[in-house]
Amino acid sequence: MKVFLPIAIVVAALAAVPLVVQSNVVLNFLVVALMIALAGQGWNILGGYGGQYSFGHAAFFGTGAYTTAILQVHYGVNAWLGFLAGIAAGAAAGAVIGGLAFRAGLRSSYFALVTLAFAEVLRIFASVASITGAGVGLLIKLDLHPEAFQFRSRAIFYLVVLALVAVSLIIAQMLERSRFGTWLVAVRENEDAARALGVNATAVKFVAMAISAAITAAAGCFYVQYFLFIDAPIAYGTWISIEALLTPIIGGAGTVFGPLIGALVVKSIGEGAKLITGDIPGLDLMAFGAVLILVITFVPRGLFGALVDARASLARRFVSARKSLQGAARG
Amino acid sequence: MRRRLRRRCYEAWTGKAIGRCDAAPGCLRSACNDAVLSAPILISAIVNGLLTGSVYALVALGLTLIYGVLHIINFAHGALLSAALFAAFFAYQKAGIDPYLAAFLLAPAFFGCGYFLQRYVIGPAARGDERAMLLVTLGLAVLIENALLYAFRADTRTIDLPYAFKTVDVAFTFVAVPRLISFAVVFVVALALWLIMTLTDTGKAIRAVAREKLGAELAGIDVAHIYAMTFGIGTACVAIAACLLIPTYYVNPSAGNAFVLVAFTIVVLGGMGSVPGALCGGLVIGVVESLGGFFFGESLGQAGIFLIFIAVLLLRPRGLFGASA
Repeated sequence: MKVFLPIAIVVAALAAVPLVVQSNVVLNFLVVALMIALAGQGWNILGGYGGQYSFGHAAFFGTGAYTTAILQVHYGVNAWLGFLAGIAAGAAAGAVIGGLAFRAGLRSSYFALVTLAFAEVLRIFASVASITGAGVGLLIKLDLHPEAFQFRSRAIFYLVVLALVAVSLIIAQMLERSRFGTWLVAVRENEDAARALGVNATAVKFVAMAISAAITAAAGCFYVQYFLFIDAPIAYGTWISIEALLTPIIGGAGTVFGPLIGALVVKSIGEGAKLITGDIPGLDLMAFGAVLILVITFVPRGLFGALVDARASLARRFVSARKSLQGAARG
Repeated sequence: MRRRLRRRCYEAWTGKAIGRCDAAPGCLRSACNDAVLSAPILISAIVNGLLTGSVYALVALGLTLIYGVLHIINFAHGALLSAALFAAFFAYQKAGIDPYLAAFLLAPAFFGCGYFLQRYVIGPAARGDERAMLLVTLGLAVLIENALLYAFRADTRTIDLPYAFKTVDVAFTFVAVPRLISFAVVFVVALALWLIMTLTDTGKAIRAVAREKLGAELAGIDVAHIYAMTFGIGTACVAIAACLLIPTYYVNPSAGNAFVLVAFTIVVLGGMGSVPGALCGGLVIGVVESLGGFFFGESLGQAGIFLIFIAVLLLRPRGLFGASA
């Protein structure tokens, strides 16, 4: 249980925020940041631990979002059930795309391309199909009751998304400690070697993709409940593919807390850019692009990875300093 | 492109802009008036597809060249194309340089730009790691596209050239002059590239690095320099494509993306790293898009391209001209 202690501390600290801050602006910022952290954690499972860089996680975000929206709008399904269905649909989309891509043996550039293409195809279909509301999008009826997954207060939404993030952190932590997680990392480090040692790389990547897609789909479902609106450019747009990838890379790919740290940093940069420029678009995304390049150049393991490295090197220095002191005392 | 033609054509129909489109009843009217399906219309759709496809092929040529040597997909290709479109636009608007002449300025400028990006940004950032390189090109794409958005806003701009809507009669259909020029230029560029690759020392070095990087390095070839040269040539292709496009196309910060998603498809279809594959793939995709748009409407025509893309990736990732995957 000890390994879950950092997660408990972080989540408890974040849960205490609404007690201190009541400002809607701050809470809104945190809700969106945590939602992106959730989407990023999904990417992290496949990209961070598994080394399969998807450039089209929008496919899962959008599928989750549309599933829950369509079920509510067209079929009157309860929002909570719709939420679960959305996650399941996202996982199914991940299984289909992952199954096709990994069976065809697609790696690196090819995998990035095929995921991007799937997201684009889904976006085009969603922008013309009538069930997705075509170009107009889907609007969910306002119904501020907990049983409809809508809340009067932003603080509750915040706690809900925090709970989802907590679950995703626990999943990542469990993955890291499990045999499956070790296989996944082995595939990332050297797929051919992992295969030679008897790891069923295709199956491992396939399962990782389904888990990854389910987590990102949960973020999409939450988006719909929070904003009560979805259309094709939001659901399947490149913005979410990029943010889902940006947060773990900046925070530290293949670490439990990477996406959370990355999301807070990315969203702070975005808000900072908006403060500077006001309504002129472009500067926030420009900053994202620049930060992505800078992080890869100077902190390739991400912020959390750099922290871990710094701690390790400090510890090493401490040990060697003590040894040399002992040596000096003896001599 | 089609939508623009349609609008121009409508203008011609309603007499708002008489004199622009007067010599072009055949091909232009068929584009706006797709109610009747007959052989001449179909032929003109195919011819137009081939002409559009040639420009796709040029964009894909740059992409496939970079893939062949660096083994990464350059996700910044589209953003660089948008930047080149803006450059060609302002060259005409501010300095009055004809786009076809601007190509002689922009190609070297973008070559230098591409060389710089690979040598001093992508190369040092990625340290040879393929996945990092992919991410850096994605970062560059986001950076460039949004820098353009920040500087020029999302407005769509066009230039008006006196000869933009001149057409010639090629026996069975009418063809717009600018597109005929671009068709010819693309083949000249492809020929020039082929000559560079086979006759010059740099070309030989590029082919050597593509074949066997370590061996080339041991033979004394400066791999970082060759990587940058290749990236530069790929970017120069994009600049020329922009000059060919600007007379009949529009420019906005995301204008390049439409082409590059198509170019990805072409590169995969033709076999990553294969130059003849890129040329043929470009023409095929041009026709598919033209016919797809003709039968199913524009946005579903685009979806058709992506479906081909996914099918090729999954069934035959080595491409139809199968170099090595």
